[in-house]
Amino acid sequence: MSTTVLSPFQVDQKGFYGDFGGAFIPEMLHGNVEELRQRYLGILASESFRNQFNELLHQYVGRPTPLYLAPRLGAHHGTTIYLKREDLCHTGAHKINNALGQLLVARELGKTRIIAETGAGQHGVATATACALLGMECVVYMGARDIQRQAPNVARMRMLGARVEPATSGSQTLKDATNEAIRDWINHPETTHYIIGSAVGPHPYPDMVARLQAIISAEIRQQLDGLPTHIVACVGGGSNAIGAFYHFLDEPEVQLVGVEAAGLGVDSGKTAATLALGTQGVLHASLTKVLQTADGQVVEPHSISAGLDYPGIGPQHAHLEAVKRVHYGGVTDQEALDAARQLSQLEGIIPALETAHALAYLEKMNFRREDRVVINLSGRGDKDLDTYMQHLAL
Amino acid sequence: MTVTELLQSPAKDLLNIYFTAGYPHLDSLCELLPALEAAGADLVEIGIPYSDPLSDGPTIQQSSAHALANGISLELIFKQLEETTTQIPKVMMGYFNTVLQFGFERFCQRCADTGISGVILPDLPIELYLDRYASLFEQHGLSNIFLVTPETPADRLHYIDQHSTSFIYAVSSSSTTGVKAGIQDAAPYLKGLQTAKLKTPFLVGFNIASPKDFDFACQYARGGIIGSAFIRYLAKQNDLHAATTQFVQHIRQLQLS
Repeated sequence: MSTTVLSPFQVDQKGFYGDFGGAFIPEMLHGNVEELRQRYLGILASESFRNQFNELLHQYVGRPTPLYLAPRLGAHHGTTIYLKREDLCHTGAHKINNALGQLLVARELGKTRIIAETGAGQHGVATATACALLGMECVVYMGARDIQRQAPNVARMRMLGARVEPATSGSQTLKDATNEAIRDWINHPETTHYIIGSAVGPHPYPDMVARLQAIISAEIRQQLDGLPTHIVACVGGGSNAIGAFYHFLDEPEVQLVGVEAAGLGVDSGKTAATLALGTQGVLHASLTKVLQTADGQVVEPHSISAGLDYPGIGPQHAHLEAVKRVHYGGVTDQEALDAARQLSQLEGIIPALETAHALAYLEKMNFRREDRVVINLSGRGDKDLDTYMQHLAL
Repeated sequence: MTVTELLQSPAKDLLNIYFTAGYPHLDSLCELLPALEAAGADLVEIGIPYSDPLSDGPTIQQSSAHALANGISLELIFKQLEETTTQIPKVMMGYFNTVLQFGFERFCQRCADTGISGVILPDLPIELYLDRYASLFEQHGLSNIFLVTPETPADRLHYIDQHSTSFIYAVSSSSTTGVKAGIQDAAPYLKGLQTAKLKTPFLVGFNIASPKDFDFACQYARGGIIGSAFIRYLAKQNDLHAATTQFVQHIRQLQLS
């Protein structure tokens, strides 16, 4: 893990990616965020952190995850397709990479209490898991509406010993859970570390989360002989995508594609396509693209996938779009549902609804036979079975 | 009078009342400003409602959501200010994004036009303010008011002091607004501020709800800031003018006795 990244695609000394990023935090959070900013690179580069983190990723998470050559999916698209199997991580998604890494950072900072936000519950379960493993108090904020919609993950978190706190403000979903977690942090600055679940929030979070998820692209580089032609990943906040892109950002011949949730359609008014429709603004202390009104009030997004329905996006993605290093597209709820069924029946892998957005976008791309396409299969679909049953008449 | 002039005057025990524009009714600002002036508040903070007020507890979250549902906007707040004539020093408090979308230059101009002499944007850190907006604020005669907390280290406190003009907003404890009972625990911290040889006076805010809290704040500071408690009081009253008079008298009772 390098501590001196000099890439036009990475964060600068002031915490910005081009026009995006920064740390728009109230003074009440200055101490914590500044401590993290000063120490995260040193901790991540330290031998003790690297040994512990690598050991946990190997022994506990089950890394490296396979890079699986998917023959029937490839035949369908007339090219070679590999699936990076993050769905095989313990707890069923890439989220655990970040949760474990940040927990080790928190322990290094002397924190004794962990808070997190969660939408669908995947990051909440990953954080509760990491806290159980390392014996740390854990409070997870979750929108009151999401608590009702995602009952099995709420039960998992409680089984793991975490306290699940309903966010009852605003629209009672991921955005509000994040607000409540930040408010909790303001009220408990000394004991608590906030494990943000995606590559969002104030600097240094987007960079720290990207570095922790970069294990995904580091493994792809080792597992593949030579470079892929394309890497495709879904984007909500953007942590699995940045993890899959990270070690290829400076390889211009690799086409990087991020897929947003278009909901009922980009122009339907019921969408989470932040890069397509958003304007520059501050959400959760980061200057990025935001779905908002002309007055700067944040608009509630829609996606069938609770993991993608976020009205902002990580500032690095906003920058990568602005400098045209990554191409971003959108996929509707229905297209994602169809792609989930397709992968299930072609490869025997039921993907998460979030991941299904990346798979669906393949239909909109043109491939040559000799291409080598990597899809980041970010999560498994068990948590989405209710939705699949409801919409696919199972 | 501007907020800087007020703080440069010898007046002490300054009572600064915060209210959320657009709450409880869309045009309540036009009633509350004269009422606060008549009741003897020294300074008002006009809250700009925002959908995601990270620094605020439930009371101001709810008043903000209510005001937005009423249809308030920054544009409308300035229009209401134009229709209201008061001399009481006025500052605006809001979140960075609302001002960013309105346009910083236009915001500063409209503040200057409508008698706003200070601005509090809790999520605009001092470094970014100095980098990007300080000259604009100065050009329009606006004082930017920074927050300090019990966790603010001495060097940063003095850095903030050096760049402050009217007053420093001393947050009484590590918390969001209006969520803790009282400020009595803040004595060591407030004593520290009192003896820190700051060039800028400070007012204490967050969790001041009673005459006792206000009096306590005034023992250390030039005054106190009350927001959530005032909004909770308004929520129970029909006559905003009478309610405002009662509230200000109630809070000031220990100074008057």
